[in-house]
Amino acid sequence: MKEESDHIKMRWMELILAAFFAGIGLLVVIDSFRTGYRWSSEGPQPGYFPFYIGCTLILGAIVVAVQTTLGWKKSENLEPFVTFAQLRLIMTILIPTSLFVLGVVLIGFYVSSVLFISSFMVWQGKYSLLKSGLVGLCVSGVLFLLFDVWFLLPLPKGPLETFLGY
Amino acid sequence: MDSLNNLFQGFAVALSFQNFGLMLIGILLGVLIGVLPGLGGANGVAILLPLTFSMTPVSGIIMLSCIYWGALFGGAITSILFNIPGEPWSVATTFDGYPMAQKGRAAHALTTAFTSSFVGALFAILMVTFLAPVVAKFALKFGPPEFFAVQLLTFCSFVGMSKEPPIKTLLSMMLGFALASVGMDSVTGTLRMTYGQESLLQGFDFLIAVIGLFGLCEILLTMEEGLSFQGKHGRISLRDVVETWKELPKYWATSLRSCLIGCWMGITPGGATPASFMSYGVAKRLSSTPDEFGTGKIEGVVAPETAAHAAGTSALLPMLTLGIPGSPTAAVLLGGLLIWGLQPGPLLFTEQKDFVWGLIASMYLGNIVGLIVVLTTVPWWAAILRIPFSIIAPVIVVICAVGAYTVHNHLLDIGLMVIFGILGYAMKKLKYPVAPLVLALVLGDMAESSFRQSMLLSDGDLLIFFKSGLSAGITILALTLLLLPIVIKIRQLFRRV
Repeated sequence: MKEESDHIKMRWMELILAAFFAGIGLLVVIDSFRTGYRWSSEGPQPGYFPFYIGCTLILGAIVVAVQTTLGWKKSENLEPFVTFAQLRLIMTILIPTSLFVLGVVLIGFYVSSVLFISSFMVWQGKYSLLKSGLVGLCVSGVLFLLFDVWFLLPLPKGPLETFLGY
Repeated sequence: MDSLNNLFQGFAVALSFQNFGLMLIGILLGVLIGVLPGLGGANGVAILLPLTFSMTPVSGIIMLSCIYWGALFGGAITSILFNIPGEPWSVATTFDGYPMAQKGRAAHALTTAFTSSFVGALFAILMVTFLAPVVAKFALKFGPPEFFAVQLLTFCSFVGMSKEPPIKTLLSMMLGFALASVGMDSVTGTLRMTYGQESLLQGFDFLIAVIGLFGLCEILLTMEEGLSFQGKHGRISLRDVVETWKELPKYWATSLRSCLIGCWMGITPGGATPASFMSYGVAKRLSSTPDEFGTGKIEGVVAPETAAHAAGTSALLPMLTLGIPGSPTAAVLLGGLLIWGLQPGPLLFTEQKDFVWGLIASMYLGNIVGLIVVLTTVPWWAAILRIPFSIIAPVIVVICAVGAYTVHNHLLDIGLMVIFGILGYAMKKLKYPVAPLVLALVLGDMAESSFRQSMLLSDGDLLIFFKSGLSAGITILALTLLLLPIVIKIRQLFRRV
C-alpha cells in the first residue's frame, strides 16, 4: 500500500465522475417533473425528452459505479488516473487560468491577459521581464485592435480602460 | 449552353480590377474570422455588412461571399494546430486533423483540409451553375418531419462502433442531450433546467463546451506531459504540399461521397456543421480500417472538410433561387440582398443577370484565390507550433476565453469553459468519448424542436415521419444505419452458437 500516496487511483475517479453524471441526471429529472414529462395530445411535453435523458444518465452512472466496485480488487494495479507530480504540473496552468478568469471579471480582459501571459512566461519559461511584458502587451493589443476596433465586439473592460476613456 | 454564356459574362464582371481586389481583401478577412474562435462566418459577415452599403450590389456580394469562403477555409487552421475548432463545422476536422499535427504532419493535414475544402466547394459551384433552378425546388419540400429525418440520419451515421465502452458512450451522449435542453424550450417557451439562473436562459452554447472540452483540455493534457507540444519539429515546406497532393487522389471515393453529402445537406437546409459530422461518420463506417479514425487518418480530414465546404457553398443555391437561406451565413447574405434592394427568387435569375452570374463567377475565382492564399501561408500557420509552450499556452488560454466570451457576451461563459476543460480532462482519462457529447449538444436542440413541431402538425402521430416519401426514405435509411451493426452482432452470436 506504499504507492497509495503518490497518485490518485482510476477507480476513485470513476466513482466521482459517475456521481457527477448521476447528479446531472437527477437535476434534469427533478426539473422535468415541473415542466411535464408526459406525452400529451400535441406530442411530447417540454420535459418528456429530458425526463428519459435524466433517467438514462442516472442508470448509466449506476452501471459504471457497480462495474467499478465489482472490479475493485482487479483495478488495484491499473495505471493511475493522475500522479501527484502530474497534478502539480496541471495546476501550474490551471490555477493561473482560474486567476486570469477572475481577473477578467475584476480588472477587465486586456489587463488580465497581459498579466497572465507575461507572468506565466517569466515563471515557467524563465524569460526576461521585458520580453514577457512585450509579448503580453502585443497579444492584448492585437486582440484589442481586432475585437474592439475592427469588429466592434467589445471585450470586458476594467478600471484602466475606463481611466483611458474606453 | 445558356448557362455557359452567362457564366462567361459573369467572369467579365467579377474580373474587373476593383472586384478582384475586393475578393482578395474578403478572403483575407474571412480567414482571419475563421481562425479567431467565437467570430463565426455569420457573425463576421454581419459585422462587415455595413462596409458594403456604398458599393454596387455586385461588388458587395463578391466581397461578402469571399469573406464567407475565407471563413470556411480558416476554420480548419486552429482545429488542426491547437484542437480548437475556429468554426462549428470544423469540429469534426479536429478528430483526425489534430492527431496528424501531433505526429508532425501539420502541413499535410492543413494542405489536405484546404484542398478538400476547395474540391467540395468546386463541386458545389458546378452544381449551382448547371442545376440551380431544378435543384432548388427540392428545398421547398422541406418541413419539420424532413428536418428531423435529416438530423436523425446525421446522428445515426455518426453513432458508430466506437472503441470506448458502450455505456460510457451512452453517458457522454446523454450529457450532451441534457445540456442541449437547458434554457428556453423553443416550442412552448417553457424554461427548462435554469433553476432561476438568468444566464442559463439561452442554454449552453456548444461552442463554449467545445472550446473547453477540446482546446483547454488539450492544454491540461499537454501540461501533464511536461510543457511541450508533441511533434512540433516537423519541418514544413512546399514539398509537403506537393507530397500531400500526390497522396490525395487515392481518396477520390471518400471525396466524391462527401461532396454529395455536403451538397445535399446544403440545399436541404441541413447546414455545414451536420454535413461535416455526417460525412465523417459515413467515411468511418465505410472504411476498411475504421479503428484508425481518430488517430490521424488523412481520410478523417478529407471527409468533413469536403462536406462542410460543399454544404456551405450549395447553401447559397436555395437562397438565390427561393430566398430560403441554407445556413446562418446565407441568411445574413440574404439580408444584404434585401438591403441592396434585390428580391431573391426565380426572377433574380432573369432580371439581375449581372448580379447572379457575377456572384457565381466570383465563387469560382474566390475559391481559387482562397486556396492559393491559404496554401501559400501554410508554412506560417504551421510555424506557430514551434513557439515554446510557455508562451503559446497562456496565449491559447486567452484566445479560448475570447471565443467563449464572444458567443453570448457572458462573463460566466469563460468560467464554464474552464469547467468544461476539467470535465474533458477527466473524461479523456477515464475513456469517455467526447465526440458523442458534442454531437448531441449540436443536434439535440434542433432535433428535438423539429420532432416536436412535427408532432404538433400530426397531433402526436409518429407516422408523420413516414407520410411523405422524402422523410420516409431518410428515416428508414437512418434506422437501417442505426440497427445494422446490432443485427450483424446478433448474427455473429448465432453463428458462434
